[in-house]
Amino acid sequence: MSASDVLLSCEGVTRRFGGLVALDHLDLEVKRGDILGFLGPNGSGKTTFFNVLTGIYDFSDGQAHFAGENISKHSAQAVYRAGIARTFQRSRMCLSLSLFDNIMVGNHKHLNLGLGFNLFRRGAFARDLEQRYEQARDLVRAFSPNLADRMSEAVGGFPMLDRRRIEICRALISQPKLLLLDEPSAGMTHEETHQLMGDILSVREHTPELSIIIIEHEMSVMERITDHCAVLNFGKKICEGTYQDVVNNPQVREAYLGIE
Amino acid sequence: MQNNLIYRIPVLGRLSESNLSLFAGLLAALLTTGFAIWFLKAENEYVIGFLLALAVAVTLGVSRLGGLGYVGRAFSDHEKLMNGAAVCGVLALAAVFREDHFTLLMIAIVLLYMLAGLGLTIQFGYLGLVNLSGASFLGVGAYTSAVLLAHTAVPPLLVLVIGGVMSALVGCLLVLPVLRTKGHYSAVVTIAFAILFMSFLQVNDTLGGPQGLATGEMALFGWGFNTGIELENGFYGSFYLNYLLLALALLVIAFALVKRLERSWIGLSMDAVRLDETAAACYGLSIARWKVVGFTLGNFLIGMAGALYAMMLGFIAPANFSFGDSLILVSIVLLGGIGNPWGLAVAAAIVVILPEKLQMIQEYRFLLFAGLVVLVLLFRPDGLLPRGMRNYIPGGGARS
Repeated sequence: MSASDVLLSCEGVTRRFGGLVALDHLDLEVKRGDILGFLGPNGSGKTTFFNVLTGIYDFSDGQAHFAGENISKHSAQAVYRAGIARTFQRSRMCLSLSLFDNIMVGNHKHLNLGLGFNLFRRGAFARDLEQRYEQARDLVRAFSPNLADRMSEAVGGFPMLDRRRIEICRALISQPKLLLLDEPSAGMTHEETHQLMGDILSVREHTPELSIIIIEHEMSVMERITDHCAVLNFGKKICEGTYQDVVNNPQVREAYLGIE
Repeated sequence: MQNNLIYRIPVLGRLSESNLSLFAGLLAALLTTGFAIWFLKAENEYVIGFLLALAVAVTLGVSRLGGLGYVGRAFSDHEKLMNGAAVCGVLALAAVFREDHFTLLMIAIVLLYMLAGLGLTIQFGYLGLVNLSGASFLGVGAYTSAVLLAHTAVPPLLVLVIGGVMSALVGCLLVLPVLRTKGHYSAVVTIAFAILFMSFLQVNDTLGGPQGLATGEMALFGWGFNTGIELENGFYGSFYLNYLLLALALLVIAFALVKRLERSWIGLSMDAVRLDETAAACYGLSIARWKVVGFTLGNFLIGMAGALYAMMLGFIAPANFSFGDSLILVSIVLLGGIGNPWGLAVAAAIVVILPEKLQMIQEYRFLLFAGLVVLVLLFRPDGLLPRGMRNYIPGGGARS
């Protein structure tokens, strides 16, 4: 495999909170177009890894290269501009804002935020708005035609499944290279989870270049959508491979079920 | 937009829903203006009490019948006309009371409080930065104008702008500790500033200490505002009329700009910063940048209002810019509906005019406002006129 196929490579990523080592020298590679599943018991460091990677927490040690760029010192804003977008475990939407507004929050790297443009060149603003609105609606329509007709409704009025869809649209609108999904099925029924995973697979069909890292506890989801999986326990990677390799690994069984 | 619903109304014949809302909006503007004239003319406290009860009863009744929805739609569908109607309403009041110093002064103060309220709306309503030193920034603008008019030959119109700039600059210093706070803790920083500013004014002899300073007058093209208007046909207008009209002009400009700000990507950014800083940061928004921009813009408007306020009063003292006045400004924003500039109009009118008309409650006004704010927060947590969904292009298009 050539080096350019690797989108994200992490070497020895470590995060300490005082004496607690939440992430312990994690090495990881994600190829372009790959879907990597992230497994591990609660508190094993999966979300911490997302938070470190996206600049919410600093790296205590180690580094990460993304598309040839060292992102270990990047702020959250710079990580986003480099092309990493994420969703949150506790869905973080602006509930009082409209569906369209929420999606546009995710598109900030393409928005003209100049005072002159926004306050005085209203004609140009209206044309820009029209174009972005169409783009956002097309994206939403790909997930759910029903949602595309409700662009101006407040997100707080939508059920969890739709909120997750909107959150993923918010992450995708800026056309990132890497999408981080933090437990997208949290708070949803089995059937809803199934639908959402179908949506994610269809997104992948449309954008084969997009890489995804997904944290999930639903094993059936992992089996269905991931190309390979990595398992964390106490901040360390204990296993990596295809889904079948991982679930049959004795260390993984021990981490999840305890020693028999 | 659905305009195909047709209503039959006996006198007016057939009306589309859109025209019906316009009709309702204009009628509401007319009735409000008429009511305001009646109310401001009333002297007897029983009449005033009756008028208040009437206003509450009519508003509740119309609201029950669903009429307020039409008025609301008039403001969103026919925005330009309704804005014009509101300005005409104020002009009508100004014409009716053209010789009445006190009433004109009250209306002008309402307009200036609205202007300052617009500044707080950017800070508090859009960015979520609680500013409990609004009156202090009003004071920075006021003292700037007093000093500049007394010691320099800067044209008074420019003094208004400099008053705003000074207030924005002081705000730029204050924003440094504010940036280090999260959530509503900016309130604590601004309370500290309000107390500091008050002590500074009281011990500073150059600025008149507790006694305060006399302020020069506003002048445009060599025409002083402190002389009344007398025309050959016998028209006489109080000098407060000049200030009222200028305050109205400033307010209209600021109102339009704040509305545009809200209806832009900047407004969206500010909302995102208020609602979730972490998520906003993960989507590339610079939290500090928007807080600085919003805080500065807001203080500019407050400072400009303060500069004109000082010229109009002719005399300013630290007592005009107390912590209590800051609370009044914040309660205007809370009462009116956080983030809705129209709410400011209703709330500023209530907060400024009510205690003046009902002298018996003057001493208890803080008690009354506190009670009113608590009641509103309990029963209408989004204020009397809650902010609606963002409508980037007024009047509709694909997004209405």
